[in-house]
Amino acid sequence: METGTAAQKNNSIIGKRLAEFFNMIAGLTVFSLEFFKNVFLPPYEFGEVKKHMDELGVKTLPIVSVTGFIIGLVLAMQSQPVMAKFGAEAFLPGMVALSVVRELGPVITALIFAGRVSSGIGAELGSMRVTEQIDAMEVSAINPFKFLVVTRVLACTLILPMLTVYVIFLSVVGGYISIFLSQNINFVLYVHAVVHSVDFTDLVPGIAKTFFFGYIVGIVGAYKGYYTENGTVGVGRASTSSVVIASLLILLMDMVLGKITVSLWG
Amino acid sequence: MSEVVIKNLSKSFDDNVVLDGISLKINEGENFVVFGRSGTGKSVLLKCIVRLMEPDAGEILIESQNVLTLSINKLNEIRKHIGFLFQGAALYDSMSVRENLAFPLIRNFNFSSKEIDIKIKNVLEKVSLLEAIDKMPAELSGGMKKRIGLARTIITEPRLILYDEPTTGLDPITSKEISQLIVELQKDLNTTSIIVTHDLICAKIIASHAVVLKDGKIRYEGNLDSLTSQDDPFLKDFFSNDIISESTPIRSGEVKDGSN
Ligand SMILES: Nc1ncnc2c1ncn2[C@@H]1O[C@H](COP(=O)(O)OP(=O)(O)OP(=O)(O)O)[C@@H](O)[C@H]1O
Ligand SMILES: [Mg+2]
Repeated sequence: METGTAAQKNNSIIGKRLAEFFNMIAGLTVFSLEFFKNVFLPPYEFGEVKKHMDELGVKTLPIVSVTGFIIGLVLAMQSQPVMAKFGAEAFLPGMVALSVVRELGPVITALIFAGRVSSGIGAELGSMRVTEQIDAMEVSAINPFKFLVVTRVLACTLILPMLTVYVIFLSVVGGYISIFLSQNINFVLYVHAVVHSVDFTDLVPGIAKTFFFGYIVGIVGAYKGYYTENGTVGVGRASTSSVVIASLLILLMDMVLGKITVSLWG
Repeated sequence: MSEVVIKNLSKSFDDNVVLDGISLKINEGENFVVFGRSGTGKSVLLKCIVRLMEPDAGEILIESQNVLTLSINKLNEIRKHIGFLFQGAALYDSMSVRENLAFPLIRNFNFSSKEIDIKIKNVLEKVSLLEAIDKMPAELSGGMKKRIGLARTIITEPRLILYDEPTTGLDPITSKEISQLIVELQKDLNTTSIIVTHDLICAKIIASHAVVLKDGKIRYEGNLDSLTSQDDPFLKDFFSNDIISESTPIRSGEVKDGSN
């Protein structure tokens, strides 16, 4: 009988968690619709969007630079013995470039961006919520959703693709250094190999998906922050849970978009 | 023009009944003081009036328009002429004092930057904090935040101002100055004010009308003098301490040392 109640208790906990999760997805959907409703309505807060983009850029550039460089370096270093085994070392530059453009660059940049930015937006809007700054805006007849949420989500959506291009560039450089150290390959030759192997149909989907990733980072952080409850405890929770959820959604989105890309271009 | 009528307002959080069918009428140009023990729902009442919270039932008419059924655009037209001082000041921490004050002016009105500058200096002088103009909110003390919050509230010259404990956390002298400022605004601009306070000195300076909330209902409504001389044991208890120690200095218009 005791085990029965324990099992029931477990069931109810799992049930509660599931219900919470689906509630969150529903809430996030409504929040997204609200975003698209507001984004096209004037006044357009270009100044605010630009300000946030600058801040996001400054905030993430160092970590993203280091990462980009290391991705390329490690990827080439690890793949080199494998490629050598198959006598395919000549394809190494192309392999590095393709992996970085199609998958590693966009996804790793997005995950790092989520860790750095989603939590920041969650905490910032969360503390504005619990200290009634959002209410203060609302009561001054200023639409806080537009001013705080739309501008941040737009900034994330626009800046992540730029960061990704930059990461891809650095990865390719990192890859070159690794290959140069082991094979002493000429830079022009390397660039030539890279440019030859990367196609338009690799580049476009690779960069295009980062708009979605950037949007996810912004909207999840903003959603969690905007509806923060329970004072400062809630702010901490909003900040951590937004990273977890944003990362998860980025990977899911990557899978879905990967599937779509494959069925479009093969 | 800014008359506020509240009819049968009710608000609960789960099974915590906070407001239980409250009806009030606040006349234009009146300084309407709301008393009540901590947690009786004074802040909730103010938030319902400007629809920051949705009440469960009742009507709120501001300038004869029902706030609760207005479209968001119409509501915002009214809100542009309402000032709200939050209990915790609610300054925007990413903006300097100057930006905080300019924010509602830039967004809602068409003033030139020169006019905005003058208004900012003016209003900072009123709360005696001109020197804080380029500080960030994090650099201000609690009482300074409150005064900047007050400055941001009055800078748009609202027709209706809701004050949530305007003098809490201020020293007795500043407290008195702020109270006088509220009276001045009412005289100069004929502002209607609803003031939530625990501060009897402040209330004595300001109030033209007062209510006491208890258990979600109105326990007393009338003018302040008759309020403090009621026989109701709750009211006696509520006001007794203040009256014994502070009634004399208030009448003579000065604040006794250490009276707060
Ligand atoms: N967002 C909320 N969710 C749940 N309960 C709330 C919320 N806001 C207020 N309450 C409850 O409503 C009641 C009244 O709160 P309110 O803040 O209006 O008190 P108050 O009269 O302003 O007190 P104080 O003088 O301490 O400021 C309290 O019991 C509080 O717990
Ligand atoms: Mg309160």
